[in-house]
Amino acid sequence: MACNSSTCNSSGCYKGYEEEEQPKPNTKAAVNGGNSCQNLCVKCKVNEPVCCGIGGENSRFCKDCFKNNLYGKFKQAVTYNAMITPPDKVLVAFSGGTSSRVVLQFVHEMQYKAQKNYDANKDKSLPVFGVGVAFIDESSTHSFTSLHIEKAIEDIRLIVSNLAPPSKELFVVPIESIFSSDGIDGKERLKELLDAVSDVTGKEDLLIRLRILLLQKIASENGYTRIVLGTCTSRIACHVISATVKGQGYSLSADIQYVDSRWEIPVVLPLRDCPAQELNTLCSLDGLKIVELLNGPCSGINGLVSSFVKVLQEENPSRECTIVRTAGKLTPFHFNRVPEIHDSNVPSATRRHQKRYTLKPNGSLSSDSFCPICSSPLKKSNFPSSLRSHGNQQNPDLIASACSSCQFQILPKDPSLMEEFLSVLPQQMITKAKHGDQGDFSLLREQIQEFLLSDGENEI
Amino acid sequence: MEADSKPKKSGARLCCVCTQNRAALKRPKTLEQICRECFYAVFEEEIHQVILENQLFKPGERIAIGASGGKDSTVLAYVLSELNRRHNYGLDLFLLSVDEGITGYRDDSLETVKRNELQYGLPLKIVSYKDLYGWTMDEIVKMIGLKNNCTFCGVFRRQALDRGAALLKVDKVATGHNADDIAETVLLNILRGDIARLSRCTSIITGEDGPIPRCKPFKYTYEKEIKLDYFSTECIYSPNAYRGFAREFIKDLERIRPRAILDIIKSGEDFRISTTTKMPEQGTCERCGYISSQKWCKACVLLEGLNRGLPKLGIGRTQGLNSDGKKDRKRDSRTPSIESKQCGSLEF
Repeated sequence: MACNSSTCNSSGCYKGYEEEEQPKPNTKAAVNGGNSCQNLCVKCKVNEPVCCGIGGENSRFCKDCFKNNLYGKFKQAVTYNAMITPPDKVLVAFSGGTSSRVVLQFVHEMQYKAQKNYDANKDKSLPVFGVGVAFIDESSTHSFTSLHIEKAIEDIRLIVSNLAPPSKELFVVPIESIFSSDGIDGKERLKELLDAVSDVTGKEDLLIRLRILLLQKIASENGYTRIVLGTCTSRIACHVISATVKGQGYSLSADIQYVDSRWEIPVVLPLRDCPAQELNTLCSLDGLKIVELLNGPCSGINGLVSSFVKVLQEENPSRECTIVRTAGKLTPFHFNRVPEIHDSNVPSATRRHQKRYTLKPNGSLSSDSFCPICSSPLKKSNFPSSLRSHGNQQNPDLIASACSSCQFQILPKDPSLMEEFLSVLPQQMITKAKHGDQGDFSLLREQIQEFLLSDGENEI
Repeated sequence: MEADSKPKKSGARLCCVCTQNRAALKRPKTLEQICRECFYAVFEEEIHQVILENQLFKPGERIAIGASGGKDSTVLAYVLSELNRRHNYGLDLFLLSVDEGITGYRDDSLETVKRNELQYGLPLKIVSYKDLYGWTMDEIVKMIGLKNNCTFCGVFRRQALDRGAALLKVDKVATGHNADDIAETVLLNILRGDIARLSRCTSIITGEDGPIPRCKPFKYTYEKEIKLDYFSTECIYSPNAYRGFAREFIKDLERIRPRAILDIIKSGEDFRISTTTKMPEQGTCERCGYISSQKWCKACVLLEGLNRGLPKLGIGRTQGLNSDGKKDRKRDSRTPSIESKQCGSLEF
C-alpha cells in the first residue's frame, strides 16, 4: 500500500508531511561569511560562534552560550523533577562515554556551586548532596587484554580525582559481582548465564539488566539515594524504536521518563533533553576526557535500530527529538516520579513544586506486576495467569510471569533447560519476582478476603 | 531466536504439520518447514480466526473488497470468497475497483480485477476519477507535474472507495492492508510525531463513525505470505522500486527476527495513549457533503486548485485557500527532497 513514487513530495507521504514536526532545519555546511548577522552567537549576539546545535544554521553558539544552554537543560530537568535534593547521596553511573562524562561534569558543577553556597552561608541549614561514581567493569564478557582495562580504570580514577573538591568516592566493580551475594566466584556463573541465552539481542538486553541490578546493589550497600544515568535523547530515541520492535509498547513509557522509581534506589535521567551530538560537541569544546571502552558494536535488533536512527538523524537532525517527544506523549506509570519527600530538611518550596508537577498515582489499586527479568510493567491481562499459580512457590511462576519479550529472547526455548537456567540467574531477579508478586497479591487478597473460604472450613 | 544464517541442509524434510508431504516452503512468519497444501490451509485458517476473534463481519452484510489488482487485494478477494463459502459467513461480496485513469498501469490492473471477477464469481464495480472528479491522473500529472501527484491520488482514491461503496450500498469495505503495512505505519507515526494517528492505526476496524467502516482482515498477515495469482506492476509514475526508510528497516528486521513485524503491531496496540488526546472534530464538507474536519474536504480543496489552475492549493502545511504565495515560498525554502527515497503514504 506504500506510495511508490520516488519524486513524490506530497503531504500524505512521510517525507513531506510535517503536521506535527518542527520545521526541518537547513543543515547545509556553514559557509564562511554568509550574512553578517549570522556571524554572531545566536544567544548572546556578542561572541563569535564556534559550534552548532542540532538546529544547524539556526543554532550557532559561542562556547559559553553552548555550554550554558546544555547545562540549563540539565539543571531544569533536575529542578523540575526534584531529582536531587540536599540530603541525597547520588551515585553517577560512569561508562566512560561522552554522555556519562557530561552528566558527571554537570553533577559535579552543581555540587561545587552548592558547596560554595554552603561555605558562604552562616546558616548551614542546607547540607550539600553527596556524589559518588560507579564504573562497571564488563571485561569478563569481552576479550580485552587486562592491560587495556587497567589503563582505562586508571584514566577513570584520574578523572574522578580531578573532580574535587568536593571529593567523590569511586566504585570500580566487575559485572560478575552481581553474584557475590550468592557467595561464589561470579565469572563462571556469568559465562554460564550468558551462554544459556542463544538470542544475540536477548544477551545484550540481559547484560543491561544485570548492569542496573549491580548499580542498585552498589547504591544500596553504600547508602546512596539516587542513581544518575547519562542517558541522552539519542539513546532514548533508539530505545523507543527497539522497544516497539520487541513488542514492549505497553511498558515503553516507563523507561523513558526523567525518573524511574520502580527500583529500591530511584534512577534519574537528567540529560534526557540533550542530543548526543551536542554532548559530543561539548566534550570536544571543553576538553572533557572520555574513556573509550569498545564494548563491541551492538548487533542484532539493537544494532539495527541504532543504524536506522542514525540514518534518520542524518536526513533530519531533529528526528530524534520528534521520536522522544512522540513517546513522551504516552502515559507514564505511577512510579515515574520521585517518591514523596517527607524530609523537613528539604525546602518546602521544593516539596510543593514536586507535589504539583510530578504525577499523582491513580487512586486505584496499583496492580502493576513486573517481569522478573526486565522489570517491565505487565499489562493487566497477564494478571489472571499468575493469579492461578500464586501460592505455588515453584519456579514455573517465574516463567509465566515474565513478559513476552523476555520469554522469547532470554528464557530458553527448551523446557528441559529451564531449571538449569533459573539456577544461574542472579538471586536478586528471582527474589524480586517473588516479593514483587506477593506485594501485589497481598493487596488484592485484602480486597477479596471476605469471599475466600479457608481450606479448613466446612461447607454448609 | 534469530534466523539461522547457515544454509539449510538439502535432503527430504517433511512438512511439520501433516508430516506426510515433503516440505516445499519455509513459512516466513514462523520459519516452519511446510508443504504447499498445509501452507494454504494454515494461511487461510489464521485469517478465518482473525475474522472471528475480531468480529469483522455479520451474516447478511454487503462487503466491498477494495480491489486494486495488486497482490494483496487479489489474495483478499480469493480468501474472503473461499472462507465465505467454506464457513458460511453469509456475506454478499463485491469487488470494488478504482480507475485512476493512468494509462498502462491501471489498464493492466483492471484486467487482473476483471479476471478476479470471473475466477471468484464476485461482481465487479469500477469507479473512475473521471466520473467522480472530472479528472484522470494522467490529466492531473500533465497539469501539476510529478511532485505531489501522490497526494491527489491518495485523497481521491480514499473518497472514490467510499463513494463507490455508497453507490453499491455496502455495509463495510475490506482492504488488503497487511502486517508489514501496519507495522510501517506504526513506525512512521512515531517518527512523524503523530500521536493521534498512532492511537488509531492498529485498529482492525476504522471509520465506524464515518460513511462506511473499513476493516483489514490481513492485519496479522505477513506480506511475504500473501502469494497467489497476482499481478505486480509498479506504478509508472514511480520508476524506482526503492523503498522508504521504514519499509527497508522492517525488511531488515524481518530477516533477523520474523516475529518483529507482529511485535510492532502488538506494541502499537498496547501503547498507553490517553483517551483525551485531541482528535480532529468530524464535520462535513460544505461543497460535497463528504466527511471532513475542515470547511472543505481535502478532495474539494485539491479539485479547486486543479480547476483554478493553482496546483499547489492544498499541498503543504497550511491549507488556506488564500495563502498560495506564502506556501510556495515556504515550500521552496525547505531543503530539497532527497531523490530516490520513497515515501509511505499514510492516508488510509
